[in-house]
Amino acid sequence: MRFLLDDEQRAFARSLDGMLTAADTPAAARAWAAGEHAPGLAVWRRLGEAGVFTLAAPEEYEGVGPLPVETAVAFVEVGRHAVPGPAVETVATVALLSRLAELGVPEPAKRLLPALVGGGTSATLTLTDTGPHALDADTAGVLLAAGDGQVRLAPGHADIQASLDPARRLGRLLPDGEVLASGDAADAAARWALDWAALATAAQSLGVGYALLDRTVAYVKGRTQFGVPVGSFQAVKHRLADVLVRLEFARPLVFGAAVSLRGGDRSAAEVDLAAAKVTAGEAAHDAARAALQLHGALGYTAEYDLSLWLLKARELRGAWGGPGTWRGRVVRGAGSV
Amino acid sequence: MDLDFSAAEEEFRRQARAWLAAHVPDRPLPSLETEEGFAAHRAWEGELAADRWSVVSWPEEYGGRAVGIVEWLLFEEEYYAAGAPGRVSQNGISLLAPTLFDHGTTEQRARVLPPMARGEVIWAQAWSEPESGSDLASLRSTARRVRGGWLLNGQKTWSSRAAFADRAFGLFRSDPEADRPHRGLTYLMFPLDAEGVTVRPIGRLDGKPAFAELFLDDVFVPDEDVIGEPGQGWRIAMSTTGDERGLTLRSPGRFLATADRLLRAWHAHGDPADTALRDRVADAVLGARAYQLFTWANASRFAAGEPVGAESSLNKVFWSEHDIAVHETALDLLGTEASDWTEGYVFALAGPIYAGTNEIQRDIIAERLLGLPKGRR
Repeated sequence: MRFLLDDEQRAFARSLDGMLTAADTPAAARAWAAGEHAPGLAVWRRLGEAGVFTLAAPEEYEGVGPLPVETAVAFVEVGRHAVPGPAVETVATVALLSRLAELGVPEPAKRLLPALVGGGTSATLTLTDTGPHALDADTAGVLLAAGDGQVRLAPGHADIQASLDPARRLGRLLPDGEVLASGDAADAAARWALDWAALATAAQSLGVGYALLDRTVAYVKGRTQFGVPVGSFQAVKHRLADVLVRLEFARPLVFGAAVSLRGGDRSAAEVDLAAAKVTAGEAAHDAARAALQLHGALGYTAEYDLSLWLLKARELRGAWGGPGTWRGRVVRGAGSV
Repeated sequence: MDLDFSAAEEEFRRQARAWLAAHVPDRPLPSLETEEGFAAHRAWEGELAADRWSVVSWPEEYGGRAVGIVEWLLFEEEYYAAGAPGRVSQNGISLLAPTLFDHGTTEQRARVLPPMARGEVIWAQAWSEPESGSDLASLRSTARRVRGGWLLNGQKTWSSRAAFADRAFGLFRSDPEADRPHRGLTYLMFPLDAEGVTVRPIGRLDGKPAFAELFLDDVFVPDEDVIGEPGQGWRIAMSTTGDERGLTLRSPGRFLATADRLLRAWHAHGDPADTALRDRVADAVLGARAYQLFTWANASRFAAGEPVGAESSLNKVFWSEHDIAVHETALDLLGTEASDWTEGYVFALAGPIYAGTNEIQRDIIAERLLGLPKGRR
């Protein structure tokens, strides 16, 4: 038993953190929200070069996976840096296509995986249970709809609509299109995709939460009122202490879910993934509420970069199913063990 | 990163499970906060000790099995999963014993630890005073130097288990001239039946005498019952409270077992349409899992030689609030049929108060982990 990241995994996190810091991701996120995708796509290519999209694919398809722990490591950084684009959806799509190949349907993987794994293009995905709207349907190169015994390539998308997070633009995928797989294999692959989407979203939420906490700690140390830093007031300290408690107890659930997903015990993984999704999503949301309150009116402005994480925390909490859905899975899954 | 246990660890778990299956009483013992229950729990400690299960992580010479923290945590999981009785020796085992291992003499360890392991001597703590709670360093009970030892005077309070325990340990002011409040304190052990000691039990919320006031009037303590150097008591005690809040006081096993009980009650009695209550049941399950995984991460850090310090304050805030939430959920689920949960609920209510209030823990988290400036409390 060694429930700690190893040196290589820590180095991976540090190198992504350094790369994304240098890439000025807040500016890329703002441009993305305005419909200008070039800076975000440049960040995307760097993520691809760093190998982020190889983690859910097997070696046969130029991947290095499946590596859920490394995926969680990467998505904590994606969240910490407010990276725009359908990163979770692309990893989930890579997972889905890889699983289809494993279940005897290799054609879609052969055709679609190379460009996705290398970071040359992105994918977006809807699952029947989680609604018809796909993130960034206007920029993704692959539009996939899965569920109800089918995996199909959508022929396009309807109008793009805004979400609360302006960098998360949603489009409803059109019906019909080419059916890539059907039957049990399609359902199993869709379930596998949901597992990876839940894991990556939980990790992304965690990173968003830590970014909000770090920025707020720095702010309350510097902001002076009544002649002292507001961070010396107990009401402020205790609120931030609670945020750290929430995040520090969400983190082991996220990595525990990654270890369970790797382990292959489906019922254990299902409960751990549900626990991670709901806990990380709510911890990040708590961090956002505290960050907004403790920044005062400054935090309530669109101009200040804090808004990038504040609104993302809220959206991620509901992405791929809301807290009630996932809590229901915890109770159902834990009861059946 | 993995959660796999070695064959030896799994074998240890299997042995613990088998022993517990054969020995755990079929019916729960009476409350350990009653005279009858205290005696029954003391006897249970003896039964554990007879087969070396009372203090598995201690060296063999003191009655342990010399296992590491991973095995200890596995033992705790099995212990609570088996529905085994609460540990009446908890204060001695998790507070005094780590202090003796770090700061005691060989003679003290040989004299104090084996009877503690067998439940023959049950220990109470003597930290708080009527005027000194969170600000413990302001304490006023004194230890005055006399030939061959010390004379204790003053008053201690909220002394858990002291109504029925045999001995106590705590801090006393030995140098009233010291320049700062936390200097000049000495860590001492003393018998609760010594001349000059008066124990006045205090009924907790449900009336059971779970703690007591101690009045000390010229109580003689020989030099051999001073732990560490006189005047160094604060530093020594802080290393103890670190252990208390960290891994040793409340292991994940008890919360996993409680969450499992609640989950069974939900499946038996819950209304599936009541998703609000179902969500709280989910929080009990995932909170226990979070605490278990958090603890495995900390155990891994210990094993890797990394220190775990102020992080123990995260731990204490988490489990104490989790424990109340789980019991509240059970009471709401079971209504008038919740009698099996009421003693646990009363016990849980004390969690955010003892072992350093959660307000103090949040100050520690904010200042030591987040680096926020000290301020007026």
